[in-house]
Amino acid sequence: MTTLLEARGVSRTFTVSRGMFAKKRLLHAVSDVNLHIAKGEVLGLVGESGSGKSTLAKMLLGLLPPTRGSIHLGGVDVAGMSRLDMARRIQPVFQDPYSSLNPRKRVVSIVSLPLAVQGIGSAEERREKAIAMLSRVGLARRHADLYPNELSGGQRQRVAIARALVVEPELVLLDEPTSALDVSVQSQILNLLLDLRGDLGLTYVFISHNLAVIEHIATRVAVMYLGRIVEQSERDALFRVPRHPYTRALLDSVLTPEPGLGVPDTGLGLAMPNPLDPPPGCVFHPRCSELGHRCRTELPRTVQDAGGLMACHLYDGGVARQHDCLSPLAACGERE
Amino acid sequence: MAPLLSVSGLTVDLATPRGTLHAVRDISFDINAGETLCLVGESGCGKSMTALALMGLLPNSATRRARHLAFEGGDLANVTPRKLASLRGNRMAMIFQEPMTALNPAYTIGDQLIEVHRRHKGSTYAAARERAIELLEKVGITPAGERLGQFPHQLSGGLRQRVMIAMALMCGPTLLIADEPTTALDVTIQAQTLRLLIDIQRDLGVAILLITHDLGVVARVAQRVAVMYAGEIVESATAASLFRKPRHPYTRGLMASIPIPGRTPPGERLGSIPGIVPSLIGEVRGCAFRDRCAFAFAPCAETVPWRADNEHGWRCTLPEVPAEAAA
Amino acid sequence: MTESYAPPLLEVVGPTSGALLRRRIFTHKGLLIGSTLLTIVLLLALLAPLIAPHDPYAQDLTQRMIPPLWSEKGTWAHVLGTDNLGRDYLSRVIYGARISLLIGFAVMVISGLIGAALGLAAGYFGGRTDMVVTFFITIRLAMPVILVALAVVAMVGGSLWVVVLVLGLLKWDRFAVVMRAATQQVRSLDYVTAAAATGASTPRIIVGEVLPNVLPQLIVVASVEAASAILLEAALSFLGLGVQPPLPSWGLMIAEAKAYMFFSFWLIAIPGTALALLVLAINMVGDGIRDVSAPSGRG
Repeated sequence: MTTLLEARGVSRTFTVSRGMFAKKRLLHAVSDVNLHIAKGEVLGLVGESGSGKSTLAKMLLGLLPPTRGSIHLGGVDVAGMSRLDMARRIQPVFQDPYSSLNPRKRVVSIVSLPLAVQGIGSAEERREKAIAMLSRVGLARRHADLYPNELSGGQRQRVAIARALVVEPELVLLDEPTSALDVSVQSQILNLLLDLRGDLGLTYVFISHNLAVIEHIATRVAVMYLGRIVEQSERDALFRVPRHPYTRALLDSVLTPEPGLGVPDTGLGLAMPNPLDPPPGCVFHPRCSELGHRCRTELPRTVQDAGGLMACHLYDGGVARQHDCLSPLAACGERE
Repeated sequence: MAPLLSVSGLTVDLATPRGTLHAVRDISFDINAGETLCLVGESGCGKSMTALALMGLLPNSATRRARHLAFEGGDLANVTPRKLASLRGNRMAMIFQEPMTALNPAYTIGDQLIEVHRRHKGSTYAAARERAIELLEKVGITPAGERLGQFPHQLSGGLRQRVMIAMALMCGPTLLIADEPTTALDVTIQAQTLRLLIDIQRDLGVAILLITHDLGVVARVAQRVAVMYAGEIVESATAASLFRKPRHPYTRGLMASIPIPGRTPPGERLGSIPGIVPSLIGEVRGCAFRDRCAFAFAPCAETVPWRADNEHGWRCTLPEVPAEAAA
Repeated sequence: MTESYAPPLLEVVGPTSGALLRRRIFTHKGLLIGSTLLTIVLLLALLAPLIAPHDPYAQDLTQRMIPPLWSEKGTWAHVLGTDNLGRDYLSRVIYGARISLLIGFAVMVISGLIGAALGLAAGYFGGRTDMVVTFFITIRLAMPVILVALAVVAMVGGSLWVVVLVLGLLKWDRFAVVMRAATQQVRSLDYVTAAAATGASTPRIIVGEVLPNVLPQLIVVASVEAASAILLEAALSFLGLGVQPPLPSWGLMIAEAKAYMFFSFWLIAIPGTALALLVLAINMVGDGIRDVSAPSGRG
């Protein structure tokens, strides 16, 4: 199984200044992320706002260098690769179909841009390749000469997909590709993505906060919270037996169209994740319903077991404990 | 008992450079006191326009007509703007999708909450402040006293939405119109916010008109549902009945396109509805769904009858659509 | 196989965006009036040698101070009268249009290139580049244009080219500020990131993706700056710091007519009116372009 894309200990911080004389603060967007993506699989990256998934996406695309750690594409460190080489191997599809296409360019020009940048073929050949790709994504020849504002949201997203695929990359990184679309269009696009993956042998990194969509399309899933990966497993394992308290809360929050079940209580509380001020210890502990003793003070290790990767004290049996008590604080009866 | 809100034949037309857009076409529905009615549909179906039409908040380029529009027993269609303004925020309140733009960033939360109460009830500052604290605690924001002095940008999206709910409840309305209240929120916050709405309905007896595109939300929160497509209500039923046996091909197509973890086989094609929503500019005759419907035939281009089976109604030429719908 | 998206019958068959744009242009009164006026002035300037009835520099002291046609002493030989040196006013006004338009255009181009380049760089690269450019803009804003012109003219003497250079090298600040803001907005949009992800070089991204989308704002600022440059030249010439006599700059004509203001009012009124109309026309065109090129919105 070939590893196409790998992230090793990747972190990214931003300095946020609130003016020339105010103190600068550090925003921890991504902390210590390890990922492997093998050829042919679909890695689902799940997270809400503040999870760092968009920053991680930019780093995987080579658009943002990590502050620590490295990214490897086909075994080669991305830092040494030319932009053009990377662009040939990994391409993005973004969330907002209204801002991902240049409103002043015609569709065919948008889709043939990657070819022009790579210097592939003559102008005429590029145009034909672009039109061929448009047809593959379900658009007609006459759409080629339209402007983006003459297309619907679903059609625009198809153009975005055509643009990503026209250079025949191995890897496509999709950042919430269906979140801004209507439900009926969403399923059209998901079907298209499934078909293309089969026909063209593509590998996907699929970022979404919609667990139902992830469950449908991903083969492996990584859950992010406040810049860290808290759980990573094969899809079936994660959805049948979610282990991390955050993953469980996420899954509980999925409102399936099944009446009579009401809205479950996720037990999360109202504290919000803030990347400018991450809590000490486990980043999830302020909202965790199964808080243990070390959770407030110690960062959990990432442990690999039969079910996958976990970053949670509850599943870390190998650490010497001060308290021989991993049960939630309330049950333990001991005070800090 | 008479319904709290009674809408019959509501039509909204918008003047656009390309012609007249028939955003809402002759819709009728009722909401009873204390119940939750969900208006569900995708973008462009007219659901937000309906809410704005009820509140009298349509843009100047819009014209509203209705055969019959009644709220709390009084006529709503021909009411003076002044009377409407006294109802808005007072007897019927609205919460919106984007909490950041719905709250004024230049004023504190306390200011905005207190203003609503004083304007409609003529109360003293102290009395309004007490009510504001009461409601902030009701929506789960503690310590309420401190929060009153904060500005919207100091709160997260989920908290701002709660503040907006509190603001809507300040004057004790009987009807709360919620236009996609959780769409812009994270998944986990969405669940919490919906729970809050359900609790509030139970405790205060408020009727809720919930507008959404998310069938999951509908299933979990609604008592009754009206499905909108291209400006019309195409199906109307109790939530239980709708999900047990959807009748309109559009509703069925929608339900087939939603992946359900644990039920939809992963990696396989989802049901989908081919095509896109038709243009509502200019004349629209017959069934607006016919070009995307696998069962359409000639009579669909003429007036489409409304069918009913007990409380479950839908608009279709065919009395019965076959179980196996080809996608 | 992927199913087709295309609904056979009920797809949006409205007017194309090209047709809509034409409709917007031709129903915008301001734009139409402004462009007509501007075209008239442009034609006057271009065809000056063919249209002007007399040589604007030809003096005839026997024909001094003849009032325009509509007063009792007017004659058809000098439709707008003559000035204190007997030069035909109509011809001077027509040739004066050349100077105003030349100044307006040249200053707009020079300051536009400087300001747009700075603004694009600051908006696109941000960080230190932005800090440096903003610093320069602040310094520039602290300088009063007239006083700098005064100093320069004192050193090298006044002329048309001095005016063009001084104004061109000073009036880039609004360009820079507007382009910086517009570029920042466009920079954050996904299509710019997508272009970067295709491996496009920075110049290609700036020219191909950013520039076409900030062009409307650029055009509006250009029109405002052109009008402003024309007025500034008139002011400088009025003060004796700009174009030197006997050139028929409208500002200079106003200055020369100052002494005769109460008796021969037309000497000031005519070039003053011409200036006002030209500036009005340019502003109307600029506003019109801004209105008409407002984005047509989603879908």
